[in-house]
Amino acid sequence: MFSYTIRRILMVVPVLIGMTLVVFSIIRAIPGDPAQIILGQRATEEAIAALTAKLGLDQPWYIQYFEYIKGLLTGDLGESIRTNGPINEEIWPYLAATIELSIFAMIIAIIIGVNAGIISAWFQNSWFDYTAMVIALIGVSMPIFWLGLMEQWAFSINLGWLPTTGRENVRDPVSAITNLYLIDTLINGRMDQFVTVIKHLILPGIALATIPMAIIARITRSSMLEVMKSDFVRTARAKGVKMVWVVYKHSLKNAIIPVLTVIGLQTGLLLGGAILTETIFGWPGIGRYIFDAIGYRDYPVIQSGILIVATFFVFINLIVDLLYAVVDPRIKYN
Amino acid sequence: MRKKNIFLSFIFMLVLSLALVGCNGSSDEETSEPGTDNDTDNGSENQEETPASTQTELVFGRGGDSTSLDPITTTEGETFKVTVNIFETLLNYGEQDTTLHPGLATEWTPSEDGLTYTLKLREGVKFHDGTDFNAEAVVFNFERWMNGDSDQFPYYTMFGGFKGDEGHVIKEVKAVDELTVEFTLTRPQAPFLKNLAMSPFGIASPTALETHGDKFRENPVGTGPFKFVEWKPNDRIVIEKNPEYWMEGYPKLETVIFRVIPENSARLNALTTGEIDLMDGVNPSDLGQIEGNADLQTIKRPSMNVGYLGLTATREPFDNKLVRQALNHAIDKEGIIAAFYGGLAEPAKNPMPPSLEGYNDEIEAYPYDLAKAKELLAEAGYPDGFEMELWAMPVPRPYMPDGMKVAEVIQSSFAEIGVKAEIVTYDWGTYLDKASKGEADAFLLGWTGDNGDADNFIYTLLDKDSIGSNNYSYYSNDELHDILIEAQTVTDPEQRNALYKQAQEIVHEDAPWVPLVHSTPLLAAKSSLAGLLPHPTGSDILTKVEFK
Repeated sequence: MFSYTIRRILMVVPVLIGMTLVVFSIIRAIPGDPAQIILGQRATEEAIAALTAKLGLDQPWYIQYFEYIKGLLTGDLGESIRTNGPINEEIWPYLAATIELSIFAMIIAIIIGVNAGIISAWFQNSWFDYTAMVIALIGVSMPIFWLGLMEQWAFSINLGWLPTTGRENVRDPVSAITNLYLIDTLINGRMDQFVTVIKHLILPGIALATIPMAIIARITRSSMLEVMKSDFVRTARAKGVKMVWVVYKHSLKNAIIPVLTVIGLQTGLLLGGAILTETIFGWPGIGRYIFDAIGYRDYPVIQSGILIVATFFVFINLIVDLLYAVVDPRIKYN
Repeated sequence: MRKKNIFLSFIFMLVLSLALVGCNGSSDEETSEPGTDNDTDNGSENQEETPASTQTELVFGRGGDSTSLDPITTTEGETFKVTVNIFETLLNYGEQDTTLHPGLATEWTPSEDGLTYTLKLREGVKFHDGTDFNAEAVVFNFERWMNGDSDQFPYYTMFGGFKGDEGHVIKEVKAVDELTVEFTLTRPQAPFLKNLAMSPFGIASPTALETHGDKFRENPVGTGPFKFVEWKPNDRIVIEKNPEYWMEGYPKLETVIFRVIPENSARLNALTTGEIDLMDGVNPSDLGQIEGNADLQTIKRPSMNVGYLGLTATREPFDNKLVRQALNHAIDKEGIIAAFYGGLAEPAKNPMPPSLEGYNDEIEAYPYDLAKAKELLAEAGYPDGFEMELWAMPVPRPYMPDGMKVAEVIQSSFAEIGVKAEIVTYDWGTYLDKASKGEADAFLLGWTGDNGDADNFIYTLLDKDSIGSNNYSYYSNDELHDILIEAQTVTDPEQRNALYKQAQEIVHEDAPWVPLVHSTPLLAAKSSLAGLLPHPTGSDILTKVEFK
C-alpha cells in the first residue's frame, strides 16, 4: 500500500508537466492580442507595441514557456498582466472562496445524492424511485443560470429567507484570516456571522450541487441494485438481518466504488466549473478569476489558475484511488 | 424509455416554472412593504442597527471590479467610479454636465495667447495622510505622469504625449508660490482645461506615492470626500468619510461599499432584497419591474455617448459613398430604440451627442426610407444588392445593451433592399482587435465621452490620424482633418463650435457610419436614497448623497 501510494504520487508529476504544456499552447491559440485588450478601445498602436514587448509576448513561444516553467519551479506564478500584482498573493482568496463553496456543495450533493440513490434502489419501482429519478434527470439538464435566478426569486425576493449574492453581509464583514469564512468566523468567535455565512452558501451551494447530486443519485442507485441482487444479500436477508443493516452496511460497502469515482470526478469539475454559479451569485471565486482573465487575455493568470485547479483535480483523483484500496482490500495494485 | 424520460422532465420543468410564477404573483399582491418584510439577514440586521431614516452606509452594486485604484494607470470606467470619491481634480465638471467649475483650483486664468494657465489653489486642503495639498504636490503629480509612458499612464496621452514627445502640450508645470501653479504649453490646446477635470488626473499625495511605490494602486491617498479603507478583489471596495473634508457638512454618508455582482438581473435581485442600496447597469427590459416597486426608484444618467454601425470605408462596396448613404436610409432607429432600449435613447444623426457644445442640430437625419435606399444602391451599381458581414458586439454596453438583437433587426432591414448580411461575432478582445485592423465590413460599436469635448468624439473616432486606434471605419477625409486640427488650437468657443458644426456636415455627407443612438444609462436605487445626480461621464461623486 505504501509503495503504491508513493508510486501513484510520483505519477502525478508527468501529468502536471504535460498539463502546463497543454494549457500554455491552448491559451496562446486564442485569437486576440492581450496588449490591445488591456489598453482597450482607446489604445494607440505604439502603446500596444510597447506593452507587448514589456510583457515579453514578442518573444518566441519556447522562451516564454521556459520562463514560465522556471518561475513555477521557484514557486513564482508570475504577475497578472491586468493588475500587475503577483499571482501568488492574489490567488488564494479566490481559491478559498471556491473551495468553501465546492465543499459545501459536495456535502449537499453526497448526502442527498447517495441517500436518494440508496432509497430508490431499496424501493425499486416505487413512487419515490420514479420521482427521485425524474428529479435527477431534471437536475442534470437544468441550466444553472436559470436555476440560480429562480432560487433568488423564490428564496430571497419572495420568501426573504436567504441573501441573493456574495459570501457575507458586507455591512458587517468577516475579518478574513484564512479566507475560508466558516473557519474565520469561528476563530473570531462570531456565531452570528457563522450563520450569515452559511445562509450565503445555501443558494449557490444548491445551484452548484444540482448536477453532481443527480449524477451521484443515479450511479448509487444502479450500483446498489446490482449488489442487492447478489447472493450474499439474499443470504443475509434470509438469515433475518434487518433491512436497514443490509442496505447501509453490506450493500453500500460493496456498491461504493463507482460512487467514489463519480464523487471524485465531480468534485474536480466543481472547482473549475463554478463560473456560472459564481457569476450569478456574485461569488468572488477562482472560476470568475480565470474567466475574467480569459476576457483580458491575462495569460499568467489563466495559466496559473488552470494549473492550480487541475492540480487539485489530479490530487482529488489520487485520493479517490487510494480510497479504493481502503474500502475494498481486494483491489490490488501492481 | 429515454424519450419518455425527456418528455417527463419537460412536463416537470413546466410545472415547476408555473408554480414559481404563481408564487411570485400572489406574494407581490400581498406584500405592500417588501422592503421591510422581505429583508434578508443583510437587510434586517442593518435595519435593526440603523433605522432607515438615519442610514449612513451606502452599498453600491456594479458589474465589474476596479483594475487599479490609482486612476491614471487605467482607462477602465469601473476604476473611476471609486477613485472620483478618493481623489479630486484641479477643476471639476458641473454636477450633471461637463461645464467647468472650481475643484482643487478655485480660479484659473489663461494668458491671451492660450499658452499659459495660472491656477489658484484651494487653501487649507489636506491629503488623507495628513500632508498638505499645495502647488508642489500638483507639480509632483504632473512630473510623475509626464515622465511615464502610455503603458503606465494611458490617459496622459490626452496632453499629446509625454515629456520629450513632439506632440506633448505641457512644456512646464511650475509652483509659483504655495498656492499658485502655472502651466506653460508648447501650443494652445483647446480642451486643456476640460482635460484637467478628467478623473484620471486626480491629485495624489506625493508622500503616499513615495511610500507605497508600485503598491499605490492598492493604497490610494487623495484629498477627496472619502478615504480608502479596504479592497477585496472581485468582491468589494470600502471607503469611509473623510472627516477633514474641506466642504463644510459633507460628505453625508459615513461609509460607501462598492460591491461586484456581475449579472444584471442578480444585481437587481440584490437591490430588491435590500442587500445593496444602489446599482448601475440596469437592463432596459427591467425598467417595468423597478417602476412597479414602491421601494425602488430609477435614476437616469444624462447621455454622453453614441452607438453606431461603422462601415469600413476601405472595403468594397463600402468605399462607395452612395452605398453608405443607402445603408443609412435602411435602418429603423426608432424601432430599435423602442425594442431594445426601453425607449431610453434618442436616435442619433451625428457622431456626437446633442449635449456637447458644437452639436449641429441643423443636420437632417437620413430618413428611414427603403425605396430611397434601393434607389441609391442602384445608382451605386448594386441594383440587386450584395453580400456582407455584419459584426455584432458580444458584450452589453450602455450604448448597446444587446448587440446581437440590434444586428438581427438591421439584418432584416438590409434584406429588404437586397443586402444579405451575415451576422458575425467574436469575443470582445478579438472583436476590437480585428475591427481596429479594418477586417470588418460593418460593425456595431460605440463610445462614451471622456471629457465632454467635441474633439473627443469627432477627432478621436473619425479623423485620419485615428486610423489604427479608434477610427475603426478607416474613414479618411483631408478637409475634415484640417478643420479638426484647427479646432484643436482655437480657444474662442464660438469659432470652435462653428468648426465642429462644419465637420459634422462633412461626416454626414460622407456617411462613414450609421449613427444609431445616444442612450440614457439607467441606475436604480432604494427610494429613500437622495442627492445622487448621476454624471454623464459615468463616475459619480457621492459627496451629497444621503438617505432620507
